Amino acid sequence: MMRHPHVWMGLLLWSIFSQAQAAWTVNMAPGATEISHAVFDLHMTIFWICVVIGIIVFGAMFWSMILHRRSTGQVAAKFHESTTVEILWTIVPFLILVAMAVPATATLIKMYDASEPDIDIQVTGYQWKWHYKYLGQDVEFFSNLATPADQIHNKEAKGEHYLLEVDKPLVLPIGAKVRFLVTSADVIHSWWVPAFAVKRDAIPGFVNEAWTRVEKPGIYRGQCAELCGKDHGFMPIVVEVKEKADYEKWLGERKAEAAQLKELTSKEWTLDELKERGDKVYHTTCVACHQAEGQGLPPMFPALKGSKIATGPKDAHLSIVFHGKPGTAMAAFGKQLSEVDIAAVVTYERNAWGNNKGDMVTPKEVLELKQAESK
Amino acid sequence: MSAVIDDHGHADHAHGPAKGLMRWVLTTNHKDIGTLYLWFAFSMFLLGGSFAMVIRAELFQPGLQIVQPEFFNQMTTMHGLVMVFGAVMPAFVGLANWMVPLMIGAPDMALPRMNNFSFWLLPAAFILLVSTLFTPGGGPNFGWTFYAPLSTTYAPESVTFFIFAIHLMGISSIMGAINVIATILNLRAPGMTLMKMPLFVWTWLITAFLLIAVMPVLAGCVTMMLMDIHFGTSFFSAAGGGDPVLFQHVFWFFGHPEVYIMILPAFGAVSSIIPTFSRKPLFGYTSMVYATASIAFLSFIVWAHHMFVVGIPLVGELFFMYATLLIAVPTGVKVFNWASTMWQGSLTFETPMLFAVAFVILFSIGGFSGLMLAIAPADFQYQDTYFVVAHFHYVLVPGAIFGIFASAYYWMPKWTGHMYDETLGKLHFWLSFIGMNMAFFPMHFVGLAGMPRRIPDYNLQFADFNMVSSIGAFMFGTTQLFFLFIVIKTIRGGPPAPAKPWDGAEGLEWSIPSPAPYHTFTTPPEVK
Repeated sequence: MMRHPHVWMGLLLWSIFSQAQAAWTVNMAPGATEISHAVFDLHMTIFWICVVIGIIVFGAMFWSMILHRRSTGQVAAKFHESTTVEILWTIVPFLILVAMAVPATATLIKMYDASEPDIDIQVTGYQWKWHYKYLGQDVEFFSNLATPADQIHNKEAKGEHYLLEVDKPLVLPIGAKVRFLVTSADVIHSWWVPAFAVKRDAIPGFVNEAWTRVEKPGIYRGQCAELCGKDHGFMPIVVEVKEKADYEKWLGERKAEAAQLKELTSKEWTLDELKERGDKVYHTTCVACHQAEGQGLPPMFPALKGSKIATGPKDAHLSIVFHGKPGTAMAAFGKQLSEVDIAAVVTYERNAWGNNKGDMVTPKEVLELKQAESK
Repeated sequence: MSAVIDDHGHADHAHGPAKGLMRWVLTTNHKDIGTLYLWFAFSMFLLGGSFAMVIRAELFQPGLQIVQPEFFNQMTTMHGLVMVFGAVMPAFVGLANWMVPLMIGAPDMALPRMNNFSFWLLPAAFILLVSTLFTPGGGPNFGWTFYAPLSTTYAPESVTFFIFAIHLMGISSIMGAINVIATILNLRAPGMTLMKMPLFVWTWLITAFLLIAVMPVLAGCVTMMLMDIHFGTSFFSAAGGGDPVLFQHVFWFFGHPEVYIMILPAFGAVSSIIPTFSRKPLFGYTSMVYATASIAFLSFIVWAHHMFVVGIPLVGELFFMYATLLIAVPTGVKVFNWASTMWQGSLTFETPMLFAVAFVILFSIGGFSGLMLAIAPADFQYQDTYFVVAHFHYVLVPGAIFGIFASAYYWMPKWTGHMYDETLGKLHFWLSFIGMNMAFFPMHFVGLAGMPRRIPDYNLQFADFNMVSSIGAFMFGTTQLFFLFIVIKTIRGGPPAPAKPWDGAEGLEWSIPSPAPYHTFTTPPEVK
């Protein structure tokens, strides 16, 4: 779409046509919240202070460079050392900094006041996706990158929201004070939505607070901001802010879905049904490391095709998916996926890419494992 | 002064260098070791630069074209490590080895054998580090800041090599620093009081103390990683009762002074070069010394400004914001001093001066973005974006690297005995200047527009500026091969350099012939 085969022509034209297209954005956007506006104002204030100081200092330097050249017959003056001047150029910048620190402090205090929220959402970073849990609402889901791999590998044209689109966005109502409780299940990630001026590191073992109150409905996009491994560039954040009523409707639908999922556990599944569901789960959850054809990326990410685990006893296979493998990137999916999805993906792995075990793990077996664990 | 004049040493008995390869392996001569350091640093500069070329080639267009994300992460990590520990720091140690004894009238460094050892640890360290790229699982891929647990639980197996490489580099740096301190405090010529030392010597003295203070902290940090990885401890693992944030506190307690380690010697060199080509004494020598010391002190109490979004308490945020803002004061004093030194001088613009002036202006731009980053609420938007990448490349490339280029051109006549080709030098400057600005200035824009750092692929809105950045980076990178050509050309020939090739220059180093004889100041000079 917006690829540029004519690089040099483009560069040439750039200098001539300076009318700003979106692609040449040079500044931060003011964002969609009171806080983000305050941050934007701080950013612009400190920027203009720097510009003014820069003009004075660089101006003086260019003045000397043009007028005080030896080639113009200039004889060097002898002056040096002046305590008065030194004190002056220590005090004046200090006062400017104090002036700058005052509004910065005020904004920071506001940003830190996460008290009395209307909604609490637990945000958990995983390699490489986000998990959102509406506390007290029984609604939780993962949010995965939705950009097709073919776009990333240049096999098809890239869309407008390339790498900034997810399967299930976080949904918020307008006007509500939303508190984010940010943590991580593996390495450090950072949850960042520029339009809210919210960026908080997601750290395993810690719960960090942040909050926002969005006044305008819309779709806001961000990305993980802390290097978290291979697919750090591929775990975007999308927040859909809806009118209050639409939000309630959406929340109701999610609750119904959750209830439905619970029923699925008790359903009698066939091998083919599980495989079909497992195919989808595999390609959202496992594919980043174990790859589309189960070939993995050895030695960091082992192959599943023909592997001892995927073709061995099914209890051991289920156990490793459920508990993960400590000391490696293999996470414990027992807490991340529903019983149905774990059963489905294990069944799929045992019956895909030539792993023809023909057996299956049922959601009930997973539930039993879960109950045995919690005793 | 007989030893000083003895520069026609054809039949030189025991005083000249040994012949062949063993001269370099066994040398304890500060000039030879300085030369080794400088060549090593330059080769690492090219290596680290070639990693940067891979990064910029991948980022030339959106989509994954040239490398996969795993390898991309190895490139960003190795680029940072090689540039920081392999290029910039050894280059400054090389300059210190060559110039500190010549500037204070000392016959050599105080601890010559240790000097040899501290150099030869470096090739070992970097062979260890770079070899990991060829191991299964690849080299370090967790960024040069190697945050745990990405660098511990989730690291490739080569992390152990990385840890030992860091240990070796740390030992080398500490020994180098001890040597600089011992030399400056003990071997100054009679009359060379502390407040008469050239600023390069002062800034290096302060840098050496910073090194001794923080390199052991880094060593402790990687040792804790080693224990976590191999011996079952949990310093940085929350699951075992440890603390991943502790890693960041320890790392940045090293990391922030490290930033000044990479810039203070450049401050010193530029403080010699600007007065030389302005033909006017430095405006405020004393205040420059105090400003340097203040910066060094403040550098110890600002580390958590790298961690504003980690979730430190409000009071902590405020403290680190105020302390960081405070650094702008002594830094401002330095910049104002350089500008006032130029004011009403009689300026000429030979290559060292071009690099020095660009240093002051572009480093200040890096300082300005640093000031913006210090504002904690605004930092919530800048943190971990390309704005930060733009910021520290403005401080390090036209800061540290231009400072090193300025020094190299300034002292090359003394080292080689030949004048470099002024036209080629100026061409090198302008190509570097344009390439560098083209590469790094647009990074401010994409960062503000929301592009995170350390990603191999990006949304289309960032495409145009990334392409400009890449073209600038290729230009800057290629230009450095041209610098290699200039240096070799100068070593092999060129107009003979007089003892003092710059009419405005001052200092003991210009009182000895060019090239500097193998042994200098065996009889200490008198400084009045």
